[in-house]
Parts: sequence; C-alpha cells; structure tokens
Amino acid sequence: MTKPKIATTSLAGCFGCHMSILDIDDRILKLVELIEFNKSPVNDIKKFTERCLVGLIEGGCCNEENVHVLQDFRKNCDVLISLGDCAIMGGIPAMRNSVPLKECFEEAYLNGVTVFNPAGKIPSDKELPLLLDRVYPCSEIVKMDYHMPGCPPSADTIWETLVALLNNKPLDLPYELVKYD
Amino acid sequence: MNENLEAVIKEICQKYANDSARMMDIVRDVQSVSGGVSKDAMRMIAAVVGVAQVEVESVVTFYAHLSEQKKGKVVIRLCNDFIDRMFGADRVAETFEKEFGIQFGETSADGLVTLEYTPCIGMCDQPPAALINDKVVTWLSTDMASRIAKAVKEDGGIDKLNLPNGDGNNAHPLVNAMVHNNLREKGNLIFEEFVSGSALKNAVAETPVEVIKNIKASRLRGRGGAGFPTGMKWEFTRGADGDEKYVLCNADEGEPGTFKDRVILTEAPDLMFEGMTVAGYAIGAKTGVVYLRGEYQYLTAFLEDALQKRRDAGLLGKNILGKDGFDFDIRIQMGAGAYICGEETALISSCEGLRGDPKNRPPFPAQKGYLGKPTSVNNVETFCAAAKIMEKGAPWFAQKGSQGSAGLKLFSVSGDCKKPGVYELPFGTTVKELLAKVGAEDAIAVQVGGACGVTVPPSDFEKEICYDHLATGGSVIVIGPGRNLLELAHSFMEFFEEESCGYCTPCRVGNTLLKRRLERVIDGKGMPEDLEYMEQLGNTIKSTSRCGLGQTSANPVLTTLANFRSLYDGLVKKSEDGLQPSFSLEKAVGLSESIIGRKSIHHHE
Amino acid sequence: MSDKIKFSIDDVEIEGEVGQTIMEAADAAGVYIPRLCASKNLTPHGSCRVCTVKVNGRSQAACTQPIAPGIIVENDTDELKGHRRSIVEMLFVEGNHYCMFCEKSGNCELQAVAYRLGIAAPAHEYLFPNRDVDATHPEIFIDRNRCILCGRCVRASKELDNKNVFQFVGRGIEKKVAVNADANLSDTDMAGVDMAASSCPVGAILRKRVGFAIPVGERLYDAKPIGSEIESNRAENK
Repeated sequence: MTKPKIATTSLAGCFGCHMSILDIDDRILKLVELIEFNKSPVNDIKKFTERCLVGLIEGGCCNEENVHVLQDFRKNCDVLISLGDCAIMGGIPAMRNSVPLKECFEEAYLNGVTVFNPAGKIPSDKELPLLLDRVYPCSEIVKMDYHMPGCPPSADTIWETLVALLNNKPLDLPYELVKYD
Repeated sequence: MNENLEAVIKEICQKYANDSARMMDIVRDVQSVSGGVSKDAMRMIAAVVGVAQVEVESVVTFYAHLSEQKKGKVVIRLCNDFIDRMFGADRVAETFEKEFGIQFGETSADGLVTLEYTPCIGMCDQPPAALINDKVVTWLSTDMASRIAKAVKEDGGIDKLNLPNGDGNNAHPLVNAMVHNNLREKGNLIFEEFVSGSALKNAVAETPVEVIKNIKASRLRGRGGAGFPTGMKWEFTRGADGDEKYVLCNADEGEPGTFKDRVILTEAPDLMFEGMTVAGYAIGAKTGVVYLRGEYQYLTAFLEDALQKRRDAGLLGKNILGKDGFDFDIRIQMGAGAYICGEETALISSCEGLRGDPKNRPPFPAQKGYLGKPTSVNNVETFCAAAKIMEKGAPWFAQKGSQGSAGLKLFSVSGDCKKPGVYELPFGTTVKELLAKVGAEDAIAVQVGGACGVTVPPSDFEKEICYDHLATGGSVIVIGPGRNLLELAHSFMEFFEEESCGYCTPCRVGNTLLKRRLERVIDGKGMPEDLEYMEQLGNTIKSTSRCGLGQTSANPVLTTLANFRSLYDGLVKKSEDGLQPSFSLEKAVGLSESIIGRKSIHHHE
Repeated sequence: MSDKIKFSIDDVEIEGEVGQTIMEAADAAGVYIPRLCASKNLTPHGSCRVCTVKVNGRSQAACTQPIAPGIIVENDTDELKGHRRSIVEMLFVEGNHYCMFCEKSGNCELQAVAYRLGIAAPAHEYLFPNRDVDATHPEIFIDRNRCILCGRCVRASKELDNKNVFQFVGRGIEKKVAVNADANLSDTDMAGVDMAASSCPVGAILRKRVGFAIPVGERLYDAKPIGSEIESNRAENK
C-alpha cells in the first residue's frame, strides 16, 4: 500500500507554522512512516508530482502568486487545511487591510525611515508578484476543509490532527490544544 | 461665532426648560439653526442641560436627520426605496447629481445643497418622492428635478416654484403640501364624518374600567402590525402602580410601503386625538405624546392647530367635558429619521431624549415606560378605531372583519397597480380580492407587511390578510411582471442594515453579513452552500435578536428563499474545482496594476 | 411562605430566589450559560445575545429574563449552541481580532467563549473594518479594533466609577464606543484605576505597561474553559 501524500506551503506567513510542524520532534520519524511529503518546503519539492491527500496551508493570500499556489493546492489535494491564524483570517499581514494600498507601497519603498531608494520608484519588475488589494483569508479564495487555529498551532495540535485524519477518526482535541495565539 | 452659538443654544435649551429628556427637540432645533450639531454645540448643550457631552453625541449620531457635520442650506432627501426606484428614482438622482455637480452623500462646496438618500418617506403611492428640507415633492420626474435644482441655485429654495398642493387638507394653508391622499376606498370607520367629542362624551359617561371593558369587547388589536389586544394593554397600564401614566401615540410610520397614518394625520387628526384622550381617561393618564416621524414635519403646524381647537373646545386641558379631575393634554414629539423608533420601547427612548435603542423587557411599557412610568403606546389607527368604538359601540366594531381580527383595517397599497393609495377594508380580505380592487391582477408577488413582512407568491393569493394568516401594519406592495424579486429582497436588506440600531450582535452584524451574501448570489457568484448559509444565518438573526426589527429583518431573504426558491437555484452554481466563484484575481490585482503601472503577467494564462 | 422559585434548565430542577434572572439563578446552581456583555455588579445589558436560551420554547436573553415558577429553560442544546457560535463568530469578523499579539489573549472572554463553543474559525466572512486606536491617555489605551460593543465600560463608568467616560455613538454596523470629550480619552476624567478599564472582556480597553504579565500556560483560560468556575459550584453542591 502506498503512503498517503501530504503537501505544505507557506503563503503570506512567517514559516512559524512550518517550524511548528518540525516541533513534533522525534514524532517526525513516525510521521514519515505514515505519510510521504510531496510539494513542500520540508523537502523542497517545487511542483506537485502526485495527487495528495492533505494540503497544509500556512498564511493568507497577499499577492497573485499566493493565489496561484493556493488554487494549485486545491486542484491537487483532497483535503485542504488552514494551518494557523494567517491562513484563517489573514493574520498580521492583514493589518494592512486598514491602510490604503498606495500608502503601503509608499511606506515600504519610498517613505519608510529605513528605505534607501535613490530612484524613488516603486519596484515594478515582472518577477515580483503583484500585491492584492488586501490580504485574503484562504477560505475566500478556495474551499478550505478544516481550520487549525493558532499562531502557530502547537506541534501537538498538528500531530493529533494529522493522526486523526490519516486514521479517518473523528478529531477530539483536548481543551488546551485549540488556541488562537 | 462661538459666543453667538452659545447664546442660541442657551435660548433653545431654555425653551425646553433645560430638560435633558427633551434632547430630541433641543438637538433638532440646534440642527435647524446651525445646519449641524458640532462638537462645540454638543459640549454647550451638555453643560446647559447637565449631561455628559458624549450623551449628546450619542443622540446626534443616532438619527439620520441629525449630523455633526454642517449640512447644506437646502437638504434634498430622495427616497430610494424599492418602490421609488421602480418608478425612476435613479434617473432623478442622476439629474440632481448632474445639476449640482455633487454625489449623493455630499454637500456642495458653497454650502448650498446636500444630497442624501433616505428610506421610505411615506409617499410610496406617489413615487418617486423627496423631502426638500421639510417640504415634500412627489411624482418626481427628471424635468421636475431640473426645475427644482434651478430654483435652489437661483432662489436658495423651492418656495417660488409654487408647486401645486394635493387634495383634501394637503391644500390647507397650514399644510400646503404637494401630497395626495389617494384615498381610494373609505370603509365606514376612520374617514367617516366624526363629531369632535362624541366618543369622549360616551367615554366619560362610563367609568374608566367600563371603557376598557368596551375596548376589550370590541376585540380591537393593535394596528401597527403586532396585533396586541388594545384593551388588555390599557388594562395593564391602568392597573400598574404609578402616580403618573402616559399615553403615547406611535406616528412613526416608517415601514416601507406604509402611508395610511399620513392620510389619517391629514384628514382625521381630531379622531386620533380623541382616541388618545379616551385612552388617557381609561388608563388615568394626564399626558399624551404623539411621536411623529421626522419626515412628517410638514404636518406639525396643522396638528398643533387641531390640538389648539380641541383645547378651545374643552376636549383637552383641565376637567375635560366638565368631568372633575379629568385632565389631559397632548404634545407632539418629533422624531429625526430612525425606523427603529416605531418599535414601542425605542419610541419611548427617543421621547425621553435618548438614542432610539429599544429597551430590555421586562419591564414592559405598561409597567415602566416613558420616564419610568406606566405607559400605553398605540398606533395612530388604533386610537382612531378606539374612538369610533366609543362612539358607536363595541358590538358594531366586533362584528366587522374576521374571526380573530375584528374590524376594518387601512391598507397602504403601492407598487405595480393601477390605483395605489389607501383602502379601508375588513380584515379577512384575501390578497386576490385586494389585487382586483387595486388593478393588479397580473402581480407576480405581493409584499405584505413591508420590509419585515412576507413576499407572497401567487399560489398564496387566496390567503386572508389578518393577524392569523398574513399580518400587516398596512403595507401592501404589489410586484408586477418583469420585476426582480431578489432585488426587492436586497433593497430591504440594505434598509435593515441601515436602520438596525446596532444594540445587539445578531441584528447589527448579521444583517450586514446576510446582505453581503445575498449580493454575492445576485451577482451570480454564489454556490448552493450560500443559500444554506443564508438560511442558517437568517434563522440565527431571527431567533436571537433583541427586538422586533432583528426578529423580522431576515424575512426578505427567508420568505423569498421559501416562496421563490427557483429564483435562487437558477443563480447559484456548484463549484466543481473548489475555487470560490466570489473571488476574482483580476479584480484583486487591479489596484496594484494601476499603482505600479503594469499589467499582471498572469492575465492571459 | 417560600421565596424560592422552582424551574428547570435542560431538565435539571433549579431553585432560585425571587427577583433573580435566569443567569443569576443558573450561576448559583452551577449551570453555566455562555455570555459576554453580562458581568457581575453591572446592570444586565442584553446586547451580545450569547446567553440566548429558550424559555418555554421562546428565545430570551438569560441575563435579563427573570425566573418564574415552572418555566422550562433550554440552554445546552444543539440549536442554541449553533446560534451562539454564529453570534460569537460575528463578533470576530466584525472587528479586527489579532489574538496572536493581543495582550488580553489567554484572559480574553471573547476568545474563551469561542474556545468553549469549539470554534476553529468563523463561518462568516471577515469585514476588516477601519477602526481607531486611542493611546492619548497616560495610563489607559483604547483599541477599537478589538471592541465587541458589549457596553461594559459604558455601564461600569456610570455605575461603578460614578463617571460618564464612555457612551455609544452611531448606529448599526457603524456603532462604536466614544469617550466624553471631542475625541481623546486623555481629555476625559478617566483614571487609571477606574473599573471601566478593568471591566472590558476583551483587549479593547487596557492598562498600559502591564501587558503579557502572566506567562502563557498560566493565564485565566489556558487550561480550563470559561465557565468552569461556575460549574464548580455544582460539583460542590453535590
């Protein structure tokens, strides 16, 4: 029997949720017995090579690349899970949602106190994905099947969730494990 | 300037005995003198009447007709409810915007004019209509809008336009309004000849308890829509402990599509005042207050005159009709643009000079109402009916109408029909019978009960209009072929979002969420799950909201979902690929593209 | 003559005192009814609607509804829990709640009620409103992003501090808490020790310079759900 595949990505996130995945410590050995990582920063596979059972999404969507990646995950995964508060509600990046986009650009590239930009232009290189008008929670862009809150969700939370999902068992996390911070 | 403002404010407050309970009158007067109620003005008012500044701000920011910002010398409030838009309000709006060079919601730079939208102003049978300061203009066309704009620009107002007066007392020198009664069918109740004092004479010949017994025997129920038995309400209020009691008349007619109280106020105010006086006698009140919606300001001089005539005739004042100790008088309390104030406890809050927040119940107004005293709040039409009952006897009234709903009822009919206007018909009239009378046999739906009512499908046109089947405070909106019922529901949801007082969570937040999801569906970006979501959300709003507004605000969505499901089903599509149809990447990067000055490289993928 | 009133909550018989609300009687009996705007020592407000129960089949706010003999109260039912979840989720999407850096996190009642109701993420769309922060006062700040309009500060200022520092302005979704000044909290007579500050169930009104004092793991709702303190009454009674 082939092992179920898991893919992960960090969109507009800080990789903290991925750090939390690694925080399962030695259980990671058990995990690789249970599953196989496909597209993920964990193994640096850049493109989906197979259909996956689970996609773990860290971060919300702040630019067009995030959207493409998320939509790609939706196409290639049976179950998508928001991993952490940013995927659920935009998180810290979404604080810009109350600032007009133009001001964000100007602060970042022109007027910020640490900015060195003699050309005085907002970068427009085609390699740079365009920012969205605001930061979007993942569920506004694709259907998300489950949400794992936390900043980050604790390693135990991630572990318990994955084990339950892989064993097709109902998830009943103890009180201490579901937290928004 | 500030010293001047201070003097003005002191004078205004003095006029109301520096009483903070008269805050509505105070801020309304300040607004009309200085075009707005500035922070300075709030501070001064607060100091004079002895409340915190933020309490004044709380009131000013609650009512649509009050504002901190200075408004134009002329404020044009165009009604943009569904009915007015059915009949061209949007084109009229465009004309105003073009003529004045400003958008709705703005004030011209020279301070001449402010353009605003307003929900139903009670003129749905003569749409589109607008308020120009306190003056009503009806049956607006783009031509008329241009003429109005020209007059405002040249003369600073529309007085010189000499707009034609309407019929009946609309032509009375104290009213002078371009409003028509459109009184299409008079039953023999409210608009029949009435001799001032005839009901009251019969009342004072009995004991107050007997009067209440009579009202109970007539089986009269509240005409505002909720249908609480009037006699019981009076009995509770009479029986409650309290040295002072009050009679409040709900003339805050604001349910979209309702305008029958306006016609009563124009043609039969004396009957209404008589009913209030009978109530005063029955419950033992010395004071009555008519809470008149801000939109009907144009009727105040006329109503004050009617009150004075009653005082002169000994029908108000001390020892009325020679009855020792029967003292009763009535004052008019103006509202300032808030639908919620039609809810009886919100109405009481507003009369007390507060934000129009409904109050927690219990205690009920009958125990603890206006100023904390036992209070009976009844509808304009209810008082009229009560007066007629005292004049003609309970059995005369009780035999009319249907089993659970005695008497005649006024209906305000508007929308796609040949004869919009006011009809006095017995309860139990079916929708179909009503449609035949108003000339609308081809209706595709009828909205009974206003925004908070039910969207009735043709298959239910045999249903009777009465408290037990299709309840209404009077509003009947006919929707003809070619109209979009989901747009109707959407317009009502916009209305509720605007008019929610914001006190409780489900109404404050839920209505916004419900409206937004409905928009998604109407835009063709919805999924079947969205319909389920709306149903659930609607039910939560309905069953957890604190007052009648929130308990009924989801009805436009819930009743169209129940009765016109196929309209929704035709719009939603299952998302096969799991992508949200409501998200558009092209739209989401549009702003970036314009700031950066290049297109996304992904557009043609 | 007995001044006890017998009624039931979820089929459990409860004995309350005359004059009690359903919430008061339930608290005393060790039955927790979730709530946000209600707070001991403050007049019931009835605004958050989280405490909605059914009384003889009819929805009522437990915090304002008085008990009466023989009433049948439903509290912990699937239907009511569904409504409560929806309402709490509304409060999350209505404001901007960044739990990850909020000083109140772990001691926040909104968060705790959401935990207790098992909310992983709101089913509603986020509204991302623009709301302001007032840091003008030397000891207290207001972050309106976190405000849930429960009115505790409004009541506490009046009822406990004998002041009038806060009041609601605006209406509908635009409603907000304003201070008794042209704009800034520093221009009011708010004092650092005022109960109005400590009455806030969320992180909207906080004292400066005391944030994050309690380590994660030891905060009020880290280990035990909100309401446990009330339910422990019940265990003791038994």
